[in-house]
Amino acid sequence: MTTKELDAIRQKKKALIDVRRVVKEQGEKLAKETGYRKQVLVCGGTGCTSSHSMKVIDQLEKSLKELGIKDVLVVKTGCFGLCALGPIMIVYPEGAFYAQMTPEHVKTVAEKHLVKDGEIVKELLYQGTVTKDGTVIPFAETPFYKKQMRIALRNCGVIAPEDIEEAIAAGDYAALEKVLSSMTPDDVINEMLASGLRGRGGAGFPTGRKWSFAKASQGDVKYVCCNADEGDPGAFMDRSVLEGDPHCVLEAMTIAGYAIGAHQGYIYVRAEYPVAVNRLKIALDQARKYGLLGKNILGFGFDFDIDIRLGAGAFVCGEETALMTSIEGHRGEPRPRPPFPAVKGLFGKPTILNNVETWANINPIILKGAAWFSSIGTESSSGTKVFALGGKITNVGLVEVPMGTTLREIVEEIGGGIPDGKKFKAAQTGGPSGGCIPAECIDTPIDYDSLLAIGSMMGSGGMIILDEDTCMVDISKFYLEFTADESCGKCTPCRIGTKRLLQLLTKITEGKGEPEDIVKIEELASHMKQSSLCALGQSAPNPILSTLRYFRKEYEDHINEKKCEAGVCKAMLNYSIDKEKCIGCGLCAKNCPVNAITKTDYTAPGHKLPSMAIDSSKCIKCGVCMGNCRFGAVVRK
Amino acid sequence: MAQCEAKCGTAEQEKKLRAVIEASRSTPGCLMHILQEAQGIYGYLPMQVQKIIAEGLGISLSEVYGVVTFYSQFSLKPKGKNRISICLGTACYVKGSDKILEEIEKELGIKCGECTEDGLFSIDSCRCVGACGLAPVMMINDEVYGKLTPNSVKGILDEYRGAKK
Repeated sequence: MTTKELDAIRQKKKALIDVRRVVKEQGEKLAKETGYRKQVLVCGGTGCTSSHSMKVIDQLEKSLKELGIKDVLVVKTGCFGLCALGPIMIVYPEGAFYAQMTPEHVKTVAEKHLVKDGEIVKELLYQGTVTKDGTVIPFAETPFYKKQMRIALRNCGVIAPEDIEEAIAAGDYAALEKVLSSMTPDDVINEMLASGLRGRGGAGFPTGRKWSFAKASQGDVKYVCCNADEGDPGAFMDRSVLEGDPHCVLEAMTIAGYAIGAHQGYIYVRAEYPVAVNRLKIALDQARKYGLLGKNILGFGFDFDIDIRLGAGAFVCGEETALMTSIEGHRGEPRPRPPFPAVKGLFGKPTILNNVETWANINPIILKGAAWFSSIGTESSSGTKVFALGGKITNVGLVEVPMGTTLREIVEEIGGGIPDGKKFKAAQTGGPSGGCIPAECIDTPIDYDSLLAIGSMMGSGGMIILDEDTCMVDISKFYLEFTADESCGKCTPCRIGTKRLLQLLTKITEGKGEPEDIVKIEELASHMKQSSLCALGQSAPNPILSTLRYFRKEYEDHINEKKCEAGVCKAMLNYSIDKEKCIGCGLCAKNCPVNAITKTDYTAPGHKLPSMAIDSSKCIKCGVCMGNCRFGAVVRK
Repeated sequence: MAQCEAKCGTAEQEKKLRAVIEASRSTPGCLMHILQEAQGIYGYLPMQVQKIIAEGLGISLSEVYGVVTFYSQFSLKPKGKNRISICLGTACYVKGSDKILEEIEKELGIKCGECTEDGLFSIDSCRCVGACGLAPVMMINDEVYGKLTPNSVKGILDEYRGAKK
């Protein structure tokens, strides 16, 4: 393919994509150019397909056929971000945002809205887009989207990821064209350095420096790798990019290959992401077919190709040297550094490795310039960061905000606060390697350095919101179970250290903790941080250390008072029945799996039946009685 | 007879496996790929299959076994006809996925990592399927079930029990 042909594709489909980006009035004008009166975008990301968005598409196509509508285009896109409300469907040019669609709902929308001169079906819209007086506002104006700034996710939920022509029309491969036609490898690296882009995988190493090291390394064979082994449980940013805009990753890797002098790339992706793997394969095939990968790309004489390697479920393979060992087909154990991968990486050759979200930032930096990028965010952390917002939060989903946005803005405005009127307790960032940000630090601007300063870390972007029902000792134990399980076993501090920390935490949650246990934990943690071989072991104590820093009293209560304030640690719980509230219906006794609940001979004033009581010697603390009682009479202390 | 076939594999399965080895043996780092294909063919990786791979690639059995036991995706034991995988990732955990696991273990009378005697179900835990918006979730084969409660589990399992008949 030549640059002319690339431009022709761009012109052909430009209006089609623009309809999805601009507001109603202009959109209607543009829609006429496209030949489609309306476009219906349905999310085909993992979140929405799990809530059956494919059935939505099937029904949509069926309804359109039945109604004889031919000028409405159905597009399967990547993630829109608001996963909790899936399946999501957006109708352009109006930008009507329908949420939690069922095939029945789709039928209604097709009959009332998609027909000629149809009207938006307000009651099926995401209610955040309907004001009290019944006006429909664009979804970009809702609190969830308003504060977001989409750079890495610019095309997610906009284009059909399985159609390379849509990707090209949306701007993909324009940066590659610019690089190959008008920039030297040094220009590219200087642009990266000037942009201040730091690795989005967690550690935040400047991307430009990584590239310049690899370029300086001597060697005729070099490699470019993409880390798509998103192992942090509760994080799904990288998956969403791969599912929503796979071409932006392929393009960026090719640019890096040109900059450092590599001709082969590898994408190491989790096998647990079947949708993403499939879209990547389609994207690779299409890019080769269009001459955007392979020999003599766009006629500029540069060769580059990319292969996919599937992971097999090992968290440690997110570590760069372990990932490379795994691509080589071995046990994914990390290697000591130096030598750094930029000198001696994959198959012993100079290699650069960046994660998916980092790659997703390359195209806009090249096209809009380093100065533009570094003007966004904070001084030390430029650009935006994507977070996977999860846990006890109303708007679970994917958000992208400028660096420096405060946690309060994310939780209270974008996230819509904590459900069920509960209190915000902490936000966990950085997963098993990170820490907790407590309520008192909620106004901290989020960037690499401020998070480190308060004892957490940016991590890859998982952000789990915890409320008052979360026990911090239990959550530390949860992470240690994870790291103990995922420790590869190569170095002693991590292999033994994680096990011993887990034992100590288990002991505390079982009500057998002793005051000196905290001292032992802190001592062991400090040894592990200093002497473990890779980041997994070095950061495994972080969840404990950060909770000890902000929630020390909770640990002390578990040890000294044998009390778990949040009511999570079973050994410290006691269930009882408030005899004044109990109406004696007996539902609890009927459902108790161990028959620990019986009638008493006390009847509370105003009630007809005698109240129930729990025999604590028989009780297994399963909580079934509490779930069944409709009168709030079962008390957990 | 069916039992034996499951244990040592059919001639056809072996033929497929040897074809995979032949096709990919010259690619650097092909062992993981071959193991993934082999598990697709056999459903798990019994010792005999590992031996065929080791011989086919000219590497030691211990190296193959080392890789198999390193990654959680590879299994040395056969799985149930319906593979239940409960997400114990953080987002699911804080929303009570441990209670979902407990309920399923109780309902099936087996522990996580085991297979029921009739071979109908096996239970495993996994770390995040990426459907955090629907937490807590589990997967049965390739189907994702979200927003689970301990009470909703039995009904879902019954669907699969019904399908057996």
